[in-house]
Amino acid sequence: MYGKGLRQLSIATVVALAASLSLVFFYAPLDADQGFIQKIFYIHVPLAIVALVGFVVGALFAIAHLRSSDRRWDAYSYVSIHMSVIFGVAVLITGAIWAKASWGHWWVWDEPTLVSFLIVFLMYATYYPFRYAIEDPERQARYASVFAIVAGAFVPLNFMAVRLAQSLVHPRVFATTNGGLPGSMMLTFLVSLVAVGLLWLTLVKLELTAKSASGQLKRLRRALDAPVPGARSRIAPEVS
Amino acid sequence: MTPSPIAFKAILAKDLRAELRSLQSLPAMTLFAVTTFVIFRFGLDRTSLSGSLASGVLWATLLFAALLGVNRLFVAEREEGGFDAIRLAPIDRSALFAAKATALLVYLLALELVVVPVFAIFFLDSAAALGPLVAVLALADLGLAATGTLISSMAVHSRARDLLGPLVLLPLVVPLMIAATGASEPLLAAGGPGYHRFGTWLAVLCLYDLVFLLVGYAVFDFLLED
Repeated sequence: MYGKGLRQLSIATVVALAASLSLVFFYAPLDADQGFIQKIFYIHVPLAIVALVGFVVGALFAIAHLRSSDRRWDAYSYVSIHMSVIFGVAVLITGAIWAKASWGHWWVWDEPTLVSFLIVFLMYATYYPFRYAIEDPERQARYASVFAIVAGAFVPLNFMAVRLAQSLVHPRVFATTNGGLPGSMMLTFLVSLVAVGLLWLTLVKLELTAKSASGQLKRLRRALDAPVPGARSRIAPEVS
Repeated sequence: MTPSPIAFKAILAKDLRAELRSLQSLPAMTLFAVTTFVIFRFGLDRTSLSGSLASGVLWATLLFAALLGVNRLFVAEREEGGFDAIRLAPIDRSALFAAKATALLVYLLALELVVVPVFAIFFLDSAAALGPLVAVLALADLGLAATGTLISSMAVHSRARDLLGPLVLLPLVVPLMIAATGASEPLLAAGGPGYHRFGTWLAVLCLYDLVFLLVGYAVFDFLLED
């Protein structure tokens, strides 16, 4: 039932990604300062924004789970956070490449957004060991939701603290958003943001579909008394 | 239904009495902190510290010592059936959160009462910074108590509880440590205490405390359901 609309969504994602990449390479002007390498901005920043939004969405699903104690919301929360952590790896890698190209170092400690993102990523990376160390599935779902809410409250606090810890603020692309970023760059950026957002949505839906299919298969096997391979899957909440 | 203040007092008194009789957490935390200072003395090869180095050593040590207390916080409840008793008792569950967080706060304050003067004797040239440092310590302890209680109550139900508590708590307290070290650094500067952005950092600490006390209060009910 989660597979419904997956094909249309995938096609929309492919079209949006193709549009965003063609805009990035053929339409957006070269940055006067940084040249070609600045184009990584169109993939790095949307990835970061989508990952952070995904963490917040995970926290909202977690609140819904605690309020209704419907296990479906926990699965949504898990998949949202899971996908955002994967996007987070991509953010850190593209960020390191950008830092190397424009500042000459793979890691720059006085770029507050990058450092904040690393801390948020480390926080969410503990979601997995935390979740799978709790055996009772019902308790696991509840505690994972509490974790998602606590971490959701932590994200803005962390960004604020890291930003305040910088003695001098580096020049940033977005420092000039209101007027500095030319219209053509802004358009390209927005299209890329939509494309990456759609990609996130498609992958979340795909994972939910896969989980739901394997859950159904397992139930069918059990109903037919067929042997269930691998007894109980530790990977993830089951989706009904 | 027993009123929450009475339940709170009873649980807190039980915890403090148990700690006074068994002395499970506090002596270990203190010893750990003092030994860590000695290790820093040789690790950094310095006999006196000031500024960012002093605040870094102080806060890293206090944080790791606090983790020892956080790890033990709910062990008795888990092993001796205290959680079941709380669930059976006609009390508001948040009383347990409040009492445990207060107990942890008391441990941390007691720890610092011993360890911070030791730190001053070991490394500092003057004790002038200790007065204003009390405000930073108190606010940071409150935040540590809130997050520590929350994480500890969850980690104690897991398979690897001694591992999970610190693992989850460390990234969670990074903003707290940024603010605490930011406020302490000018206080511990070589030429006498300075107050550069002291108010900003205290405000961040207050905000952190407020957010996690509220979150803890809001979600703690769900941690005890069964």
